Amino acid sequence: MDSASEHKPGEFPRIAFLGLDGLLVSFGDRLSEPANRAALALRHAVERESWPGVEETTASLVSTYLRFDALAEDGAGLRARLAELVESRDWTTAELPTGRKLWRVPAVFGTDLAPQLEEAASLAGVSMDDAIKEIAASRLRVQTLGFAPGQPYLGELPENWTIPRQTDLTPRVQVGALCVAIRQMTLFSVSTPTGWRQVAQTALRLFRPEAEAPFLLRPGDEVLFQPVDRAAYERLRAEGPDGGAVAEAIP
Amino acid sequence: MSRALILHRAGPAMSVQDRGRPGQLALGLSRGGAADRMALAEGAALLGQGDDLAAIEMAAMGGVFEATEDMRIALTGAPMRAALEGAPLMWGASHWLRAGQRLEIGPALSGVYGYLHVGGGFAVPEVLGARGAHLAAGIGAVLEQGARLSVGPDAEGKEAGFTLPADDRFAGGTVRAVAGPQTRMFPQDEIARFEAASFTRDPRGNRMGVRLIPEGEGFHAEAGLSILSEVVVPGDIQITGNGTAMVLMAEGQTTGGYPRIGTILPCDLPRVAQAPPGATLRVRFVERPEALEAEQAAQAARRALSGRLTRLVRDPRDMRDLLSYQLIGGVTAGDTEG
Repeated sequence: MDSASEHKPGEFPRIAFLGLDGLLVSFGDRLSEPANRAALALRHAVERESWPGVEETTASLVSTYLRFDALAEDGAGLRARLAELVESRDWTTAELPTGRKLWRVPAVFGTDLAPQLEEAASLAGVSMDDAIKEIAASRLRVQTLGFAPGQPYLGELPENWTIPRQTDLTPRVQVGALCVAIRQMTLFSVSTPTGWRQVAQTALRLFRPEAEAPFLLRPGDEVLFQPVDRAAYERLRAEGPDGGAVAEAIP
Repeated sequence: MSRALILHRAGPAMSVQDRGRPGQLALGLSRGGAADRMALAEGAALLGQGDDLAAIEMAAMGGVFEATEDMRIALTGAPMRAALEGAPLMWGASHWLRAGQRLEIGPALSGVYGYLHVGGGFAVPEVLGARGAHLAAGIGAVLEQGARLSVGPDAEGKEAGFTLPADDRFAGGTVRAVAGPQTRMFPQDEIARFEAASFTRDPRGNRMGVRLIPEGEGFHAEAGLSILSEVVVPGDIQITGNGTAMVLMAEGQTTGGYPRIGTILPCDLPRVAQAPPGATLRVRFVERPEALEAEQAAQAARRALSGRLTRLVRDPRDMRDLLSYQLIGGVTAGDTEG
């Protein structure tokens, strides 16, 4: 049924228009370390090229996107230039960014703050206690920022966490909600509806528009979630937007 | 007294909007900005100023306003019931709002988003390079009763009392889309069924996205709900888990994991934003050359707006005695007083 995963390896990287004014280079249809690295490296290369008409670039989990002025720039010409760059080297062997940080973030698992822990654990085939242990033991990498300002996609959890999104949306999760789907976690930087299941709540605010540095995380940073009880969470929350999170440089 | 507009009453979903903050996708911030970009161009033409200035966006319902100084205003986007000192005021036009005068803007008569522009633009502080509120990201906020919005200096010798021909983008209709990287996840017959379908604009739409309910069975991609999250852009048509279509709007997220059947052209997005709950929309796929032509035509139309201005027949200050000639449906003297 999954036609998207039946492509031969030779089909990637793949270039396609996204909307009238965008181009997308995909390095795979499932998440992998090499594909994530390739996406980040190609984005930086496109930035260095400074092609006329290109208005912005970004990298998501396994792809690089560029937006151009469709009325000023011939999309076909840009696509050809991009194809040439993509084929010029093997982007999957690129280095991870330097200057990365490891973040330790306190989180309350379950309780009325994160009522879907039981459902998510059940889908992952483990008890709630084991679910908490497995998540807390996973050193998760910021694979990309997206969905909302400063919000990370974190990966990967063990194989048994390949659980789909919900069919219906949760009407609203709070800022700092830790949610799971398809071996990934996300830590919400805004309050929003979501199709991901919430397993924990943190007191960390990842996007602070009023601050001098509005965005806390960078792609390539790593995160460890540390289970704490409700009382500790409430205390950390009262202390400020860091929610007890601390960062150290990754050597 | 500083040059400002005071909000004596505010509808439930009013915010300051401009062209948004493009260029922050890599940090996870979508561009945001006015839900109906065409309305910004109309306001700019009516006031003879740039379309980069901030205006007030009013979803479904306006408010009551008072100017601290004489200022020019323009009313664009979804036509709303409007009155100046109790006298009906023409929509799609520019007017003088004199110091102390009371401007009342009521419910939308068609469409969703109405705009109130001022000569000089609203001078609320810039955050990350723009003045528009990004409600989903927590930048700025919904406007509330009692707010006092600074207004920038207007150019010398500018006039008011112009109008633009009415537009038809406020009642749904057919919008054009291009195929994208995920279109191939849908079987050909599913795409054909999608193109043939009528959709009803669901009341749940907002600045992030507009939900479209198909008249028949929902739509489904072969990849189901387990595809990888990917860059999404305004106009993308996501097919969510229950088979309905969610069109991503200016304030949508920057990445998403629902399969997207295509992307609505930027020039047709105002029609989606302005389709009121219950309106019927259809989507027609076009090839890139036709899409580009449509976009070029829309740009030409935006640039030609100032050449389409006509003078209001009467000075708005004399409108009071025209009340008996007011023929716009639903507008009668006095019933906007609250």
